[in-house]
Amino acid sequence: MARILLNDVRKSYAGNQVIHGITMEIADGEFVVIVGPSGCGKSTLLRMVAGLEAISAGTVEIGGKVVNDLEPRQRDIAMVFQNYALYPHMSVRENMAYGLKIAKLPKTEIEARVAKAATMLELEPYLDRKPRALSGGQRQRVAMGRALVREPAALLLDEPLSNLDAKLRVQMRLQIKEMHLRTGQTTLYVTHDQVEAMTLADRLIVMNKGVAEQIATPLEVYERPASEFVAGFIGSPAMNIFTVDAADGRVTLPGGAVLPLPVPRGGDLRLGLRPEHLRTAQPGEAAIPVVLRSVERLGADAFGYGMIEGSEVPMVLRLPGTSQLSRGDRVEAVPDPAHLHFFDPVSGRRIEG
Amino acid sequence: MRRTVFPHKLLPWLLLAPQLAITLIFFYWPAAQAFRQSVLREDAFGLKTTFVGLANFRKVLSDPNYLNSVRVTVVFSVLVAFCAMAIALFLAVQAEKIIRGKGFYRTLMIWPYAVAPAIAGMLWLFMFNPSFGTLAWPLRQMGIYWNPLLDGEQAMALVVAAATWKQISYNFLFFVAGLQAVPRSLLEAAAIDGASRRHAFWTITFPLLAPTTFFLLVVNTVYALFDTFGIIHAVTGGGPGKATETLVYKVYNDGFVNLIMGDSAAQSVILMIIVIALTAFQFRFIERRVHYG
Repeated sequence: MARILLNDVRKSYAGNQVIHGITMEIADGEFVVIVGPSGCGKSTLLRMVAGLEAISAGTVEIGGKVVNDLEPRQRDIAMVFQNYALYPHMSVRENMAYGLKIAKLPKTEIEARVAKAATMLELEPYLDRKPRALSGGQRQRVAMGRALVREPAALLLDEPLSNLDAKLRVQMRLQIKEMHLRTGQTTLYVTHDQVEAMTLADRLIVMNKGVAEQIATPLEVYERPASEFVAGFIGSPAMNIFTVDAADGRVTLPGGAVLPLPVPRGGDLRLGLRPEHLRTAQPGEAAIPVVLRSVERLGADAFGYGMIEGSEVPMVLRLPGTSQLSRGDRVEAVPDPAHLHFFDPVSGRRIEG
Repeated sequence: MRRTVFPHKLLPWLLLAPQLAITLIFFYWPAAQAFRQSVLREDAFGLKTTFVGLANFRKVLSDPNYLNSVRVTVVFSVLVAFCAMAIALFLAVQAEKIIRGKGFYRTLMIWPYAVAPAIAGMLWLFMFNPSFGTLAWPLRQMGIYWNPLLDGEQAMALVVAAATWKQISYNFLFFVAGLQAVPRSLLEAAAIDGASRRHAFWTITFPLLAPTTFFLLVVNTVYALFDTFGIIHAVTGGGPGKATETLVYKVYNDGFVNLIMGDSAAQSVILMIIVIALTAFQFRFIERRVHYG
């Protein structure tokens, strides 16, 4: 059990900086998810905490101890790899006991811990099998077990569910959440999947191009995205973001229509509206005119994909599941004034209204 | 596997014919000749041969020189196979750690393989000949009474060194390839699990190299038994006394120097049986312990 402190952590390869100074405190027992598109540096950041990548600048502290110059084995961490990295020539039991044997724990203690983990992960019938005789989900659980038996100060997971099929991923996601509730382990979890990020995290780090765009709770990230990138990355379908010309409590939309909205300032602004925060207009109400190009029906909901009338700006609307609208129809959409997001067109940062 | 269907039955045989012809002429026919010779006895002038049954085998197996040769072969083969593999593995692991100029080092390591056995033997002979060897003098300065022409053990050490040196390249190549096939993430997982590099090598890398090691064990054994003829011939000629006379060398000596064809043939048949048995043993008992990833 321990606190992790990242202080202006940077990484460069041959003078080329890929992580640009990340500072964060992860509390004891907290579950923090690092989320971002591929190539944003999220795995690199995790590997720096693990000690598998050298830290170019800044410090990483685990349990009150700066670990920059410590080998992975001296950092008291455990890690689950994306491809599981199970030792193929060892049985499940040997895989889980490997680290404990190195730590020279008494035999009875090793057996007890392996048995406990096996029970928790429902792996008892497979303890004497080799990894290749296991399914993907079972291998994933062995990897989890191998990390958990060591009872480390911090648990690091690098996209642990991305090699599983959709159904298993949902199951394992729940299991990981439960396990965290039970063990209270400080956890750092890397994923590119926003559903995993939103459901698992106590707090999120949304990363883009080596920068932490926002560090906040999942709900805060959803409700008050700190930048246009975060706004577009979190939420499904993605937020509609387009440029408007703002002046005196009105915005001029790309197609020329004018909408009265509380604006933070005049001039060009990027306006973000989530599909779920748009409703169809009452007759005579000022609204965004949208011409639909297709409608996806998911049962409970339907999503209408179209463009703002008179422009090429794409727009997604959430419609009732029973909606009879179809291609070519014109919809008048009214944004919910409580859920407006304005961003600076140059910096992309959020402008508070 | 995909099956190719030929339009008629003759074509596949025709396509196989060159390989079959080579195998028959250069492998089966000489082997059959050896079997035939091994039960015949030729008179001193080569004028007539008589069928003697297993007498040649009985004679060979009760010959103390032959038993000495078996002992020499065992010592020689075990030393060559073990040293060649151990040194090659060590060098391969070291070469993996190099960051700059990896390709250059690897190329250098592979060169000795291109040297013909007899030339390799001559090289070592020139370096260690007691009267004009470049390295014999420093050895003597160090207080070692170096004379492989008189001392059987020193002669053995010399041929083992030469034969090992030549085989290291080959083993090195395979070990480098084998090491690259070990997934990096496994070693990272081991590092996080608390293993030191040495411990991770012996518990993760080495077991995963087992298929390569096993393959090389078979190849090196056969190499030490047969392909080292040139080196022994060039360096010691089997001497001093019979201290470095391996089974293969004795086959050559008895057959082509002493012209005792029956004995020589019987020895080659025994050698053939030994190699078949050894290879079968390796596959039957050692391969079981090999984990193929």
